[in-house]
Amino acid sequence: MLLFDNISNTESNQLNIGQKFFAAIGSIGLLIITLSWLKVKAVISTPMLVVSVLCLIVGVLGYAFSTYRHHPEGIKNNNVFFNSLTNRGLWAWVLGIIITGFYILLYFFAGWLGFSESGNTGLVALFDPLSFALKGKAASQWFVYGTLYTIAIVSFGVKFILKYRHNKYQIFRTVSVMFFQLFFAFLIPELLEGLNSDKAYFAKDIKNMWPLNYYFFEDWHLNAMLGGGNLGMFFLVLGIFMILIGSPILTYFYGKRWYCSWVCGCGGLAETAGDPFRHLSDKSLTAWRFERWIIYSVLIFILLTTALVLYTYFTGNSNILFLNSYNLRSWYGFFIGAIFSGVIGVGFYPLLGSRVWCRFGCPMAAILGLQQRFFSRFRITTNGDQCISCGNCSTYCEMGIDVRWYAQRQQNIVRASCVGCGVCAAVCPRGVLKLENGPINIHRLNDPDAKVLD
Amino acid sequence: MKLVIIGNGIAGITAARNIRKISDCSITVISSETEYFYSRTALMYIFMGHMRLKETQPYENWFWAKNNIQLKKAYVTNIDTTNQTISTQQGENIVYDKLLLATGSQSNYFGWPGQNLKGVQGLYNYQDLELLEQNTQNTQNTQHCKKAVIVGGGLIGIELAEMLLSRNIEVTILVRESSYWSNVLPAGESQLINQHILKHGVDLKLNSNLQEIIGDENGKAKAVVVKETGETINCQLVGLTAGVHPNIDLVKESTIEANRGILINHYFETNIANVYAIGDCAEFRQPLPLRRPVEQVWYTGKMQGEHLAQNLFGQRKAYNPGPWFNSAKFFDIEYQTYGMVMPNLKENETSLFWQDANAERCVHIIYDKNDKTFIGINTFGIRLRHKLFDKWLREKATVETVLQNLSAANFDPEFYKTYEAEILKQYQQQTGILLKAKTKRSLKHFFNLMKN
Repeated sequence: MLLFDNISNTESNQLNIGQKFFAAIGSIGLLIITLSWLKVKAVISTPMLVVSVLCLIVGVLGYAFSTYRHHPEGIKNNNVFFNSLTNRGLWAWVLGIIITGFYILLYFFAGWLGFSESGNTGLVALFDPLSFALKGKAASQWFVYGTLYTIAIVSFGVKFILKYRHNKYQIFRTVSVMFFQLFFAFLIPELLEGLNSDKAYFAKDIKNMWPLNYYFFEDWHLNAMLGGGNLGMFFLVLGIFMILIGSPILTYFYGKRWYCSWVCGCGGLAETAGDPFRHLSDKSLTAWRFERWIIYSVLIFILLTTALVLYTYFTGNSNILFLNSYNLRSWYGFFIGAIFSGVIGVGFYPLLGSRVWCRFGCPMAAILGLQQRFFSRFRITTNGDQCISCGNCSTYCEMGIDVRWYAQRQQNIVRASCVGCGVCAAVCPRGVLKLENGPINIHRLNDPDAKVLD
Repeated sequence: MKLVIIGNGIAGITAARNIRKISDCSITVISSETEYFYSRTALMYIFMGHMRLKETQPYENWFWAKNNIQLKKAYVTNIDTTNQTISTQQGENIVYDKLLLATGSQSNYFGWPGQNLKGVQGLYNYQDLELLEQNTQNTQNTQHCKKAVIVGGGLIGIELAEMLLSRNIEVTILVRESSYWSNVLPAGESQLINQHILKHGVDLKLNSNLQEIIGDENGKAKAVVVKETGETINCQLVGLTAGVHPNIDLVKESTIEANRGILINHYFETNIANVYAIGDCAEFRQPLPLRRPVEQVWYTGKMQGEHLAQNLFGQRKAYNPGPWFNSAKFFDIEYQTYGMVMPNLKENETSLFWQDANAERCVHIIYDKNDKTFIGINTFGIRLRHKLFDKWLREKATVETVLQNLSAANFDPEFYKTYEAEILKQYQQQTGILLKAKTKRSLKHFFNLMKN
């Protein structure tokens, strides 16, 4: 439509001197990584690793500081729909293709990243020194990925905090995802791995619960935990405890946000590095329909797979009817674990928004969401008749919830997909939305036609 | 039955939607502004790049056909009330059984010299936004807009300032009064906003009227002259935001009676049978107690649309909107108001004003000094629960009830700094009465208060 195409700010791409300087610093970090990937021997060394990591962190932090320093505290969404990077322009496509390509190499062609059992080269070799320092053995492509992932969450987390520095909910939540990624997902597992290198591998990220961690119940993993001494037993017992008791209790009291926007690593990346793309989620009713079909299909898929995997574990029998539990788990790993959560989930950030995996794919989010919808004290309250239907809440909902549809008819938002990031409430210019926990049976689903409070 | 609605803003569209809920009559909504309903209050966000027009449309495009509401993009030129027919510029004649006028407002032009020059404009509708885009874009023939002068210290003026700053355009605001929006806000609040405007780098000129706008040889504005000082301010854009008035061009030639707005009774009926008016364009012959005859606010437009639907197809009841409330946002500071807070205290009123020493937040409570009845509250940088204040105002609660339950009435996000104790302390300093908080910031406490 011609009408809205002609509102555009041609100057929105102007950078200040600080932004230019720190973009250059960050680019040096990326350049070193690229050169190492191209197997330029000169950059594959401990000092260069330190320089590249520092450049990445300082680049992002400095850029963020230069961007927000001169602006008073408050909402900062100027030019979001004008910038090429955040409005599906050229830069968005370039970035999307680069990330997607990286994920394809990571999952299917680790050799191309330089990974080799007999001695790493290239990008993976660049990270060998850090891997040796943490766990006393050479890096894998997953170690490289985990390191870069953690750097992204921590540094873009600082950027997010600067952007939302007026909002304590946003600050606390972001510090929380940064903490869980840095310690629970990265440092602690890697250190524990080093201390237990004589034992078989099992997942040591306690917050990465089943079914997000889909291999938790696979025989090799169960056996590794059972054979992993006290530590293995600890992770097995705590893992099952969280699934059956911990998570339902937390979700009852706080909604699924306790996990999805305070703890989870996928959520953590979406909320920090993915924040500039949150408005790209599709808000249409059609998208919501797709969402329910797809996410609950994935949930059924993992439930079925896990049931068969456990059946095989306890009976030794891998076939039931026409299904083979080994086939099923490898299909799940390929289509859902790799393609959906990785390649599409993150690679398509600049095109489909930052929560594609969380919204359409994650079976953990599906379970927490069902509980949130039917058995939780959490809701987003709509404040009387104060809504002006402006659309900021819906636009900046990364989960594609049409928040305004509820707010303008004075209805609370109680949706399975809501991750409780609180950005709808933050960007509301009229103070209409509030994330709240309260009595489960009172006015949670306040159908306006019932006019309970009026 | 054929209902024709002229105007697809919040009033007209709310009427259409609510009528559709209770009636199967034919509904046609005519607008020359945009094809689909969008939120006028969000115009600023389109210009700043927070949203596109699409995001400001509260309903998806299929919604209207699905609900059998016919939308027509046309400009109505004439109303023939005898034959119950309207004519459009496009040459179409449409017969109606009932006609609803929801034509909204127009920007005020007070006859300033130079007000028709190029680069001089108001900000009310989507066309104004497109014009603003033209007036601020770099083109071959026009000098790039680096500096703007805004005339008028109201809600639209400050929004326009924020919009222009987002494009790195320097802004001067000329405010007729001695302080920003001081014909509505009490001094304390007005002062807080003055400071906030300055903090954003706006040149705020108080006690300043526009003398004239000076054009260049191409008929384009190049400067304004300030009446009080005679100062000439060079600029490439002049924003005229000194309020709006009802858009009644359409009825001027008709038999429909109008004063400032289209005159209506409390059932939204005009002097002509089967013709109704709601929203910004309407003027009550008898204003409601303590209210203005013309109320140009989003919320009243919405309420009138809901009431009208009931009047036409449900229960016929006189319009009674309940206690006054409103909201706005001044750059980064949110404002909410419940009840009646006037710029100056009335005879029977006294007030409690609290301002945060470390943050841009304040609370101003007005109450009756004799019987302590709560009259109204303004908050800046603080969110409150509408329903609770609505209840307190309807019940004529005392100021002490309000003060003791301020926490339960708070609607700020989780972990936000509290202020309720400081306000109780200030009440004690002012009156010598020591009050204890009765509730906490909790949904449960809010529900308990709503139940009582």
